[in-house]
Amino acid sequence: MIEIKNIEKSFGDTKVLKGISCVFETGKTNLIIGQSGSGKTVLLKSLLGIHTPEVGTISFDGRIYSELSADEKRALRTEIGMVFQGSALFDSMTVEENVGFPLKMFTKQTPKEIQERVDFVLKRVNLVDAHKKKPSEISGGMQKRVAIARAIVNNPKYLFCDEPNSGLDPKTAIVIDNLIKEITEEYNITTVVNTHDMNSVMEIGEKIIFLKEGILAWEGTKKEIFKTDNEAIVDFVYSSNLFKKIRKAQNKGDH
Amino acid sequence: MIKEVFNKPLKWSAMKTLIFKEIDDLIIGSLGIVAFISFFVGGVVAIQTALNLTNPLIPKYLIGFATRQSVILEFAPTFISIIMAGKMGSFITSSIGTMRVTEQIDALEVMGVNSLNYLVFPKIIALLLYPFVIGISMFLGILGGWMAGVYGGFTSSDEFIMGLQTDFIPFHIVYAFIKTMVFAIILATIPSYHGYYMKGGALEVGKASTVSFVWSSVAIILSNYILTQLLLSK
Ligand SMILES: Nc1ncnc2c1ncn2[C@@H]1O[C@H](COP(=O)(O)OP(=O)(O)OP(=O)(O)O)[C@@H](O)[C@H]1O
Ligand SMILES: [Mg+2]
Repeated sequence: MIEIKNIEKSFGDTKVLKGISCVFETGKTNLIIGQSGSGKTVLLKSLLGIHTPEVGTISFDGRIYSELSADEKRALRTEIGMVFQGSALFDSMTVEENVGFPLKMFTKQTPKEIQERVDFVLKRVNLVDAHKKKPSEISGGMQKRVAIARAIVNNPKYLFCDEPNSGLDPKTAIVIDNLIKEITEEYNITTVVNTHDMNSVMEIGEKIIFLKEGILAWEGTKKEIFKTDNEAIVDFVYSSNLFKKIRKAQNKGDH
Repeated sequence: MIKEVFNKPLKWSAMKTLIFKEIDDLIIGSLGIVAFISFFVGGVVAIQTALNLTNPLIPKYLIGFATRQSVILEFAPTFISIIMAGKMGSFITSSIGTMRVTEQIDALEVMGVNSLNYLVFPKIIALLLYPFVIGISMFLGILGGWMAGVYGGFTSSDEFIMGLQTDFIPFHIVYAFIKTMVFAIILATIPSYHGYYMKGGALEVGKASTVSFVWSSVAIILSNYILTQLLLSK
């Protein structure tokens, strides 16, 4: 469980996060949704310690990040898997070297054990024939899978994904979403996913927080999101005609 | 920055691989161009000297002498280093800068890897071999001078070699290699700095490479001046 309390983060004069508090639950896929520029990535990077919030605390199962020593921070980070918005694969390494990298760095496993684990996770994300390829030689969807494989290879307790399905076709996007959800449940991970894709929300949104201009404007589940009267979220969710129709139909059904 | 580079090092097995890769990219990868430039510039220095020796009273062995002095004192250590600021420097800045803009550095940090140590330390170690590059440059520069002088008909081999041995001051070699080590440190650190702390996207990577070339060259030229003043003037 990750608990954030009242965090604020500014860049220069602009306050991007304006006091956010919430809880991300273990074994669930927690979604952060919001418009482009609402602060989703900044919030995620604050959880990762890439950005340091000026105010507020973040605790990982009771460990308050800002109070940890440098060594404890590094140790905590080895429990975190992260899928970046642009995958961030190491382009000088092959797919299997990318995936095996955290193991090579932080475990005492032999090359054979590493290879077995790498083969296992690559199979888990349905990539079986790209082991020896460089990231530049595979498609965007495959890169995302490699990034997910790399994020989970060292059995993380926390998994963060920044728009894991942006730039993918709807079908591949849903496959990736479901993969994240399955892995979360299978290994009981605390997963936090950034997205602005309503399909993802429908597919995997068990717990959702909605950011608007750096403020937590709403939180709830995917069932609740279609019932709420909160104006900000209604405006966000029903920005597409398809969802407007769905809302109409639902409202009729309710009466 | 410097402190972080040496802080919390990686496992030796991982570091070893990185160091060999850097030696391959930075040192081995530069030998071809260094050899080519040194050989021909050495030749040109010999020819220029010969063509300027119009007075018959000035002995021919000066050709060898002038080639040796210019190659060992300035051409090999300083000018090759400036060329390397362009070649190695822009390679270092753009490869680290690309990792910055594509979030690969963030990815390293998130995994708990000290990214400065991971990226910069192996380069510093690889550049400990940089004096070998300059040694090769000195040798080939003088060889080029000898070939141009002898086969161009400007001097005899004996005269040239006599010139090489005239007034030889061993401290000049020490001076040249002290400079070389300082330049090696500049070549590893300034371009790394510009890559690591860059902001923006692909366009900025290109700009950062140019800026890093300018600053490394300035640093090389200024430290060359200061070291020469300190070490050679009495
Ligand atoms: N390193 C930074 N320096 C300065 N400003 C930043 C930085 N990172 C983000 N911002 C600003 O913070 C705001 C929120 O950005 P953020 O990247 O979190 O948006 P986002 O919700 O992830 O958007 P998207 O859906 O497009 O990825 C933006 O206005 C952005 O300009
Ligand atoms: Mg974002």
